[in-house]
Amino acid sequence: MEGTIHTLQEFMFHTESITYLIIVAALIAITGFWLFLNGRDEE
Amino acid sequence: MSEDTAATGKSYFTPFNIIAGLIVIMGLVLTVIRFTGGLAATTNLSDYNPWGLWIGFDLLVGVALASGGYVTSAAVYLFGMKKYHSALRPAILTGFLGYALVVLALHYDVGRPLRLPYPFLVQQGTTSLLFEVGACVALYLTVLFVEFTPVPLEWLGFKRARNLVVKLTLLLTIFGVVLSTLHQSSLGALFLIAPSKLHPLWYSPYLPVYFFVSSIIAGLSMVIFESTLSGRFFKHKMDETHLAEKDTIALGFGKAASFVLAGYFIVKVIGISAGNNWHFLQTGYGAWFLVELLGFVALPCFLYAVGVRDKNVTLIKWTAVWTVLGVVINRFNVSMIAFNWHLPASERYFPHWMEIGISVFIVTVGLIIFKFIVNRMPILYEHPDYKSAH
Repeated sequence: MEGTIHTLQEFMFHTESITYLIIVAALIAITGFWLFLNGRDEE
Repeated sequence: MSEDTAATGKSYFTPFNIIAGLIVIMGLVLTVIRFTGGLAATTNLSDYNPWGLWIGFDLLVGVALASGGYVTSAAVYLFGMKKYHSALRPAILTGFLGYALVVLALHYDVGRPLRLPYPFLVQQGTTSLLFEVGACVALYLTVLFVEFTPVPLEWLGFKRARNLVVKLTLLLTIFGVVLSTLHQSSLGALFLIAPSKLHPLWYSPYLPVYFFVSSIIAGLSMVIFESTLSGRFFKHKMDETHLAEKDTIALGFGKAASFVLAGYFIVKVIGISAGNNWHFLQTGYGAWFLVELLGFVALPCFLYAVGVRDKNVTLIKWTAVWTVLGVVINRFNVSMIAFNWHLPASERYFPHWMEIGISVFIVTVGLIIFKFIVNRMPILYEHPDYKSAH
């Protein structure tokens, strides 16, 4: 597969793929962060 | 309660009053120069840089840091968090003074004060974001003024008028949050029209979201910051409730700020990804962007979280200062530092000392008025006639 982006479709596919992965990772991370933030409240 | 009485032996010539007085004198002189000599006499603004420190600091930073009013009102009246009630009046006062001084500062930039009502009366630019910002700021300043009026009414003893205004609180809060959402985001949206001028790491279609979310962070942090300063300089004015709730406010607002900072960090990263601008991180501007993102977003997010977990109020207070500085840096980056980034050094903008002088003068006027009101009116204490009213 060529690395060069020729069309807007290819650009959007490339960027949105990475963005979706970041969003999924972020949702998992922020859940963990919420638990970290509230961790001592239950003690 | 006068500060200067023969009985107390106190003098008007305190260090604060002397320094503030000198700044005010300087500011008045600069004001005359600005309105007689024009922009060229007092600024380094040009056709390449029509917006400088007065927009970047006085307007963008001023509006962001005055957002404690709507954030605190929303927390207390919309989310029902009554334990933060003692933070309300200081936040409303700061917001009211902040927005009033933003409008004052705007006069210096616009230069024809009598024409300020023109967008509403003469030529409405309804396709312009700046029209919407102007309309929202004008309306929100009115909302803040009405929200603030119970304070002087209590001070002056006008009970009926005070009770009437207090009944409008919920309506004003809702209106205030709606207006704030509009204009906080629209200030960021002002830069959407200049994608070639603003550096790609700061430019994004999500600029309105960035500005709105960072205004919440700024508001939460400013409430903690001004609570710290009030506790240091106005402790004698605080009643038992305010003294007791200080730490609760710091912990609660710190927790909120930590979470919002985490969300802000994520949307900033998503913005870079959506624009495929990763390669810019390896440049000089990229290094500065990482300083802003990691040093003034990720770091305070983590420090707030540690402070909340460990109930370390001191850490939260210092993090609030750092976070406020981060918002200032962000606004400076968007409006001046990363703006016109491609121009040669000879065309880049640095504020004239008179611009800095006017901005310092405006902030000093705000501090003087804040001190005057807090020393005389029921801001940090409940008026004895209305103690059971809340």
